[in-house]
Amino acid sequence: MTQTLVSAASGALLATGEGGPGLHSVPATGVFDATWLVIALPLLGAAVLLLGGRRTNRFGHWLGTLLAVGSFFVGLALFSAMLDASDADRSVNQHLWDWVSVGSFQAEVGLHLDQLSMVFVLLITGVGSLIHIYSIGYMEHDENRRRFFAYLNLFLASMLLLVLANNYLLLYVGWEGVGLASYLLIGFWQHKPSAATAAKKAFLMNRVGDLGLAVAIFLMFTTFGTFSFDQVLSGNAQASGGTFTGIDLMLLLAACGKSAQFPLQAWLGDAMEGPTPVSALIHAATMVTAGVYLITRSAELFNASPDAQLVVTIVGAITVLFGAIVGCAKDDIKKALAASTMSQIGYMILAAGLGPIGYAFAIMHLVTHGFFKAGLFLGAGSVMHGMNDEVDMRRYGGLRKYMPITFVTFGLGYLAIIGFPLLSGYFSKDKIIEAAFAKGGTSGYVLGSVTLVAAGLTAYYMTRVMLMTFFGRERWKEAPVGAPADWHEPHPHESPKSMTLPMIVLAFGSVFAGGLFVLHDSFVNWLTPVTGFSEGDSPFSEYAVTGMAVAMVALGALVAYVQYARREVPAVAPQGSFITVAARKDLYQDAVNEGLVMRPGQYLTRMLVWLDLRGIDGFVGGLAAFIGGTSSRVRKVQTGFARSYALSMFGGTALVVAATLMARMA
Amino acid sequence: MNPANYLYLAALLFTVGAAGVLLRRNAIVVFMCVELMLNATNLAFVTFARMHGNYDGQVIAFFTMVVAAAEVVVGLSIIIAIFRSRRTASVDDANLMKW
Amino acid sequence: MSGNFPWLTVLAAVPFAGALLVAAVPAGKRALAKNVALLVTLVELALAIAVTVKFSPNGDRFQLTENHTWIKQFGVHWALGVDGIGVVLILLTAVLMPVLVLASWNDADAPQVRMDGTVGDTAAPRSTHAFFALMLAVEAMVVVSFAATDIFVFYVFFEAMLIPMYFLIGGFGGAQRSYAAVKFLLYNLLGGLVMLAAVVALYVATADADLGGAGQGTFDLMRITQAVGTGELNLNPTAEKAMFLGFMFAFAVKAPLWPFHTWLPDTMTEATPGIAVLVTAMVDKVGTFAMLRYCLALFPNASKTFAPLVVTLAIIGIIYGALLAVGQTDIKRLIAYTSISHFGFIIVGIFALTSQGQSGATLYMVNHGFSTAALLLVAGFLISRRGSKTIADFGGVQKVAPLLAGTFLVAGLATLSLPGLAPFVSEFLVLVGTFSRYQAAGIVATFGIILAALYVLVLYQRTMTGPVKAGVEKIRDLNVRELVVVAPLIALLLVLGVYPKPVLDVVNPAVDDTLSQVEKTDPAPSHPIEQVAAVTPLGGNK
Repeated sequence: MTQTLVSAASGALLATGEGGPGLHSVPATGVFDATWLVIALPLLGAAVLLLGGRRTNRFGHWLGTLLAVGSFFVGLALFSAMLDASDADRSVNQHLWDWVSVGSFQAEVGLHLDQLSMVFVLLITGVGSLIHIYSIGYMEHDENRRRFFAYLNLFLASMLLLVLANNYLLLYVGWEGVGLASYLLIGFWQHKPSAATAAKKAFLMNRVGDLGLAVAIFLMFTTFGTFSFDQVLSGNAQASGGTFTGIDLMLLLAACGKSAQFPLQAWLGDAMEGPTPVSALIHAATMVTAGVYLITRSAELFNASPDAQLVVTIVGAITVLFGAIVGCAKDDIKKALAASTMSQIGYMILAAGLGPIGYAFAIMHLVTHGFFKAGLFLGAGSVMHGMNDEVDMRRYGGLRKYMPITFVTFGLGYLAIIGFPLLSGYFSKDKIIEAAFAKGGTSGYVLGSVTLVAAGLTAYYMTRVMLMTFFGRERWKEAPVGAPADWHEPHPHESPKSMTLPMIVLAFGSVFAGGLFVLHDSFVNWLTPVTGFSEGDSPFSEYAVTGMAVAMVALGALVAYVQYARREVPAVAPQGSFITVAARKDLYQDAVNEGLVMRPGQYLTRMLVWLDLRGIDGFVGGLAAFIGGTSSRVRKVQTGFARSYALSMFGGTALVVAATLMARMA
Repeated sequence: MNPANYLYLAALLFTVGAAGVLLRRNAIVVFMCVELMLNATNLAFVTFARMHGNYDGQVIAFFTMVVAAAEVVVGLSIIIAIFRSRRTASVDDANLMKW
Repeated sequence: MSGNFPWLTVLAAVPFAGALLVAAVPAGKRALAKNVALLVTLVELALAIAVTVKFSPNGDRFQLTENHTWIKQFGVHWALGVDGIGVVLILLTAVLMPVLVLASWNDADAPQVRMDGTVGDTAAPRSTHAFFALMLAVEAMVVVSFAATDIFVFYVFFEAMLIPMYFLIGGFGGAQRSYAAVKFLLYNLLGGLVMLAAVVALYVATADADLGGAGQGTFDLMRITQAVGTGELNLNPTAEKAMFLGFMFAFAVKAPLWPFHTWLPDTMTEATPGIAVLVTAMVDKVGTFAMLRYCLALFPNASKTFAPLVVTLAIIGIIYGALLAVGQTDIKRLIAYTSISHFGFIIVGIFALTSQGQSGATLYMVNHGFSTAALLLVAGFLISRRGSKTIADFGGVQKVAPLLAGTFLVAGLATLSLPGLAPFVSEFLVLVGTFSRYQAAGIVATFGIILAALYVLVLYQRTMTGPVKAGVEKIRDLNVRELVVVAPLIALLLVLGVYPKPVLDVVNPAVDDTLSQVEKTDPAPSHPIEQVAAVTPLGGNK
């Protein structure tokens, strides 16, 4: 029975051709029945910790961590079950309950687990668990540690819902859920006005993106009458090209908001106001990559519109360079890493825009990036932990002696991200560069060159971070200019085990994940049933591309070495050229947003407030004043002289009589 | 005799009364002029009754007299009350009820 | 026996009787008056739940109907009956009332602020009694308005509601409350007056068509809608449009629809938080409810003609209200403008004439009731502690009163329609419904969600985060009574966000019926996906 069905399914797969295999799923049975547990466990944690209040202070962090790890193990069980299943049975659907149903608008709460979401489940729960463990140590002295873990659990649940939802509306719930968790965590130290502002900014810019997702769902509903993956992505969706382009661009807008892509990138740098584990989990490894997930998930829709795909690659290309340039000038270690994140996600978006050539590599880079970037952020957190929360790299230097584990793990992450041969980043980034060239045509050359240049820039700014932090003179020993009277020299020290352990695990991932993924093309093969795959047509051989990439990396690293190792790093940032200043100010992104949106908005608001008071209310008030004024003038007729009243009575009577007589005679 | 003559007389009396109401200041005189107007209408009513050959006008004349009597009582008492408090019987001085 | 039990009359009579009872409590016994009021609202809640249980979603459109002759000469009947929309809104009213009574527990005990801003020495001896008796009277009238199936009865109670509301607004609250009360009264009286003309005109038209028999007209809603449907009552188009506008004007002022909204911010700012909730969550809902029930069913053709105009005004209201909310410096005024924005959503949903829009709008009325109640009441707790409603006087409350800040945030997130909380479902339905009929309007309305995030988060940031401001440090966290007030609201917001199906199941048939009266069907998808058997070999997902 099953056998014939499976062959029928694969037959259908063949029939739909290589444009996209489409998405088809079977009802969840066996181990897959437990899919909902992946989400439920962290959700339970969030609920208990938030509702339990102070009573759960004592064990809150343990409970949160335990549930995150539990969710990871459920994920592992699902993964092993999926390994055992045949290709056609790997895509399962679990209906939980009917959610909203009005007329033809039918939304269920249901989960869809396939190879793509499996990758995400493992990444989210895996890295998530590690970061929970790390946070136990990192947040040890924070009086609100329980609340922190509650929010972390809430984030995990939302993120898992995002990648497991089986329709776009439920995905939207997860989408905004992670936005909320991000808001709460960025603003975790609410007493700092900068943190509160950064949180608000992140939520608002994300909302602009959410608008795109909402409109995309409207369009799907009015076009297809449904927005469930099973139907929209089944490969049967027919519509005019314009409609597809519209849906795709709206989805891209959503992706831009969540993944901090141009032009909605401005919130990510400020989001570093959050505690460092948050930056590692949400703003590096998982949430910000949701945009890549969205585009890859909607592969069927994007494949139908080459125009939209071109826009996706352009957005990716701009962001790759934008992030890289900004990253070169930042002195704040977290902001440098944040710019790097932006740039790396630009790679992924660019790859996703390439269509079946790039989807699998986008996800592959996403996973390896999840490892090394999370590791780098945790390393940065570890450094800050030992340096009195100093973030200015000009106040670091020579730290390798004081925190050896941090140095080694950070160093491995560094080598991975710049694409040092045979480490994770080398494989995943290389593939994207190849895929970009393989797009063919002029756009292929342009995109390929952009990714190559960005690879060089990545090597430059990461080498700079590495050198300024761990090598060179120990600049932190001198009091900074204008230091407060109670300034005392920091005593750098290695972090506790709960913090170094996750860093070590992530370092392993940074080193080996890429190699493992490309072995027998296992990663691409794993994803192909969902995303499709095509080789493309590269003008260069694989070796040529690799050679160019490695050369660019070497060049970038060398320039950085000359600048920051051979020369003294000044403790105060020099003036710098016009470009440096621009990059330090994030290429004036905030000024642009302020000038184009905020200021006009404020003027409009002020004008409307005035209008409401003077205009609409003023009209009504004016009407009342007119009537009041008229009556106060008319009442002067009432003189109080009885004889004048009598006269008017006589006059009136005479008039009436005269009128009556006239009427009679006429 | 032509009954229309009575009507002319009534109109004349009414006009004299109305002119008195409008022109005189003394409340008592005004009051008497009002009475004159009432009686003018009474005369007209009775004349009409005679002309139409029914009793409607005469009945109304009785009503008018009753009303006039009641009015005299109320009106005079008001005038006296005003005179007591303000030492004047001029209608123009009682002008507080304005605006 | 139970088949003939006059459920709805009892439902209306209980709060009336309760109002008299509370008023009869001896002067000075404030606590007794409050407890009696609370008890009455709880009894009413139990009755409302019983009515909801008795209501079967798939039965007749109107159920639990009663019909007794009231004024024979004009064909007026005491006719009550509920459909899915009515029953849901009655339940909303009944659920909110005990919450409001508890939230306003001490509001009428204190001496009231005078016109010049000074505070009186003592409260009037019966002020508490009057306050709660008036509240109960309003509840009774709201219930009758939701349950009436006779246009005359509806009109009488729709207008009569203004009297207790006038005294509630003018008697209790801020220094400018007299101004606000008069403004409230004048605006709504004007609306009602125009409606009265339309009601009379409609009666004359029904008399011409001999709907009441023996040359008489009728006020019976079901009879008239049936006659409209069969063509028995054939209004001439101009008359129909005029009558539609007459009804609509009253409801637009009440709802309020832009540009008839300016009374709402004043009222909500000056009234006590409980009364402000009473206005927005219940009294105003009568306006939107009546658009759905009366405007559409009685004047289907005029409704279709004017739908684009109403949608345009409502869209302006959404954006306008949101922008103004951003620009406010007063917490309560800010919340008032958010309500104007939300009423825009509700009205758009109704006049998009799609099932998603109207079901969404009905659900929106319920959800907005809960979310605004939560936001306003928590804001009220905050304001009463600090003695100021200026946003700039707050800052860092989160540090001193985390529970208060937390509930405020949840209520705020509900207001900005965060998925997972109830308002999201209704807002999304309204937007989808609008988009499928008027694409551009749908997109413009969607910008409302960005602005919503802006005004809520700005408010939260300025009041709750940052360093603790002077004067804020003495703010206490929520006490038990206040927690009891807020907890059910938040629980309902969560439950209805995750599982709105029970409400939608009750509402959907009534909405479908309304749409069929207007002779509108949902726009079909342009390229529905065909299920090719070979492609889903395993039978799809269900």
